[in-house]
Amino acid sequence: MSSPLARPVPSLARQRPLRLPTVQEVVLDNGLRVLAVRRPGVPLAEVRLRIPFAGPAGKRQAAHTARATLLGETLLLGTDRRDAAQIAVDLQGLGASLSASTDSDRLALGGSVLVSGLPAFLGLLGEVLTSASYPKREVAGERDRLVQELAIYRSQAGVVAREALLQRLYGSHPYGRDLPTAEEVEQVKADKVRQLHAERVVPQGSLLVVVGDLTPAKAVGLVESALGAWTATADARTLPPLPEPPAGPALLVDRPGAVQTTLRAAAPAPSRSEPDSAAFVLANLVFGGYFSSRWVANIREDKGYTYSPHAVVEHPPAGSRLVLSADVSTPTTAAAVVETWWELGRVATQAVGQEELDQARRYAVGSLALGTSSQAGLAGTLTQLATAGLGVEWLREQPARLAKVTVDDVLAAASRYLAPRRLTTVLVGDAEQVLEPVRGVLDVETA
Amino acid sequence: MPPRTRTNASPRPSGAPRRAATSGAAPAPRRAATTTPVERTTLGNGLRVVVSPDRTSPVVAVAVYYDVGMRSEPQGRTGFAHLFEHLMFQGSASLGKTEHFTNVQGSGGTLNGSTHVDYTNYYEVLPSAATELALFLEADRMRSVALTQENLDNQIAVVQNEIRVNVLNRPYGGFPWLSLPPVLFDQFANSHNGYGDFVDLESSTLDDAQQFFDRYYAPGNAVLTVVGDVDPAEVFRWVEHHFGDIPARDVPARPEFGEPHPTSERRETVHDRLAPAPAVALGWRTPDPADLPGFLPHLVLTEVLTDGDAGRLQQRMILRDRSVTSIGGYIGLLGDPLDARDPTPLLVEVHHPDETPLETVLSTVDEEIARVAADGLAPGELDRTVARLVSRYYRELDPVLGRATTLSVFEQQRGRAELVDELPELLRTVSPSAVQEAAASLRPDNRAVLELRPGGGA
Repeated sequence: MSSPLARPVPSLARQRPLRLPTVQEVVLDNGLRVLAVRRPGVPLAEVRLRIPFAGPAGKRQAAHTARATLLGETLLLGTDRRDAAQIAVDLQGLGASLSASTDSDRLALGGSVLVSGLPAFLGLLGEVLTSASYPKREVAGERDRLVQELAIYRSQAGVVAREALLQRLYGSHPYGRDLPTAEEVEQVKADKVRQLHAERVVPQGSLLVVVGDLTPAKAVGLVESALGAWTATADARTLPPLPEPPAGPALLVDRPGAVQTTLRAAAPAPSRSEPDSAAFVLANLVFGGYFSSRWVANIREDKGYTYSPHAVVEHPPAGSRLVLSADVSTPTTAAAVVETWWELGRVATQAVGQEELDQARRYAVGSLALGTSSQAGLAGTLTQLATAGLGVEWLREQPARLAKVTVDDVLAAASRYLAPRRLTTVLVGDAEQVLEPVRGVLDVETA
Repeated sequence: MPPRTRTNASPRPSGAPRRAATSGAAPAPRRAATTTPVERTTLGNGLRVVVSPDRTSPVVAVAVYYDVGMRSEPQGRTGFAHLFEHLMFQGSASLGKTEHFTNVQGSGGTLNGSTHVDYTNYYEVLPSAATELALFLEADRMRSVALTQENLDNQIAVVQNEIRVNVLNRPYGGFPWLSLPPVLFDQFANSHNGYGDFVDLESSTLDDAQQFFDRYYAPGNAVLTVVGDVDPAEVFRWVEHHFGDIPARDVPARPEFGEPHPTSERRETVHDRLAPAPAVALGWRTPDPADLPGFLPHLVLTEVLTDGDAGRLQQRMILRDRSVTSIGGYIGLLGDPLDARDPTPLLVEVHHPDETPLETVLSTVDEEIARVAADGLAPGELDRTVARLVSRYYRELDPVLGRATTLSVFEQQRGRAELVDELPELLRTVSPSAVQEAAASLRPDNRAVLELRPGGGA
């Protein structure tokens, strides 16, 4: 833009290289894999524990999901030494937070603690892992509460859309449904949760990450003494391969009176280890993966159809996926679909500009530094990489992988992964208003 | 990812300081555990500048805080402060539309802005090689934001979609941050909908925008903060170079937003056709946050009552009575206790099943507060509450952006960025009797109660 007041934009200085942390890695005698990193700053430690928790495929999957979800809700509500109130008070006294949750792949425990309280925190963690008691009263109480919370959760359009999308993508595969119904939850008894804990909460195959203001050797020593007695074993369970995503029409879920249509679309994507991963990451950035993308420029900054369109790559272990999200105003739904499909088609069939690619590349490289610059960010990044079988060297090597990607590589990746007909699509909106207009531009069926 | 998480620290609307403890094994450090360097200058045009170097990671946060928020928007222009925030990203003399974004992200950074009751902020987190670039971008829009009708129309549509996704198409949308203020407050500044009425948004004009910019976006009304991998002397040189010749303008005197506390209970009901279950929000006024020693006991009390499963309300109503679904408590409409000036609310939000009547929820909350007021705190309760509050505060300080936020608000509202390292000790000096007195000030007859009923209502 030329303005008489315009001034030259400063160029970038030479970037100081990202110094990657030294990660100490040990596998304890009980099979628990431990990663420890020193990251001073504030006097805290961040702790992440990931326990493989995939359920069986087939008929028993639904019961597993219900039990696992309730296990996450009740794991911290009693041990052989402390009741729920005492655990909560003791954690608070350590300046600690600790939470537990489950998904289709794992039980995740995570928290932070004043570093002076880390020994007691790990002690409490060990106590929970080896002697969680699942008192009948707490399990019954949390069961009721979970049913109430699921109803609240499922009243959100984004959740309705996400559940419909997973179902459509994965069908009867465990990824097809990661939340239980109220009826399934109501059937879970405390002894079934206890049994699930005994069978699945085991150190073999699990991962513990500690990042904080202490030496890795000290952290590993503390983990060893606190969790060494955790010795349960289980057979490894692997998820079946993902089904091919179905071709076919988009699904419209009616939400009468909705002032927006919740658009979600997904397609399989390469994992971080696949050769065209870096090219795909950059192709997706150019398309819709960051604010400076074509999709955002089009349906938000040019047309105002939506507030926050974004295209995110997720890496669950059984298979990575790309998920597009946009909540578009009801009257612009069909137009937003047209523009979205047009942008996908364009990136999948026409070479991107060199500067567009370089800009996305600089963003991708910068994100590596930003994502690892805090204790919590570093703990999260290391945990994600480690559960994908990758080490900190992936971070070190990623800039070089990104640097090599050419315009042709981006076109190849985009045509493979971003072509519009590859998408599985769900819309949640007011069918009375949006069905006919959308039907004019997209094959669509109603739920 | 699925959101089901059991946590022992209560969810907050956003970053409230949380805390750490001394009961048991973790003696909290008595000396300041963080040493955050603070270097500052004020330019000739009045811009205040704070720089805090930290070479741990090659990243930097750059933030500009303008001392204007939702409270300052005029009648008939609800939502204007936030709409104007959007316009600040639409271009300036040296940058066309979208170029602000592409310059930041194209150098490896992220960016955003947000509108609060008392301030509007703009920030970037970037690889430190882009420090001067970020300063240039902030200076360019402070000097010469480019306001066009096309961009105004576009951003009105974007903001309306933001309100649809966060309020109109969402169960419990805007509850209670948009729906409680008109019950608790009388003055327009404090009670109106800061996201904006659609009619007001659509009638906003370029003249409104230019006047708002001229009046409130003067360099003397802003604090610029830089935290991270920088040499302060170099930053000060860049700041002088890029911001120094922005002409000084009058800084508006801050209006008096104060109003009397309620003298009787106020009750209202909202109907939410998307909500599957009832909820209630209780709101009280806190003491003026300007007086930290007088204010912090209310912050500690909020945690005593609602800090996850360790909070008295959770222990009573969730773990013991099993009568409600969830409880949250926080100070500030956006859960930002140290970011707002007077008047500001202390809120308790409870979601409950139909089987638990509203009056049971209210009487139980009253009973637990009255118990603190009458009997004070249990041995160790204050220490452990403060322990987690301090711990949570440290966690927010760790990322460069969190530190920039804290430094900026302390400098802007209190003239003391150095409070960043002093706050934990101030929290530790809160006395049990002060917390008890704070509890005694939360009475049924000086609060607002907003009941949310599921369904469309009569």
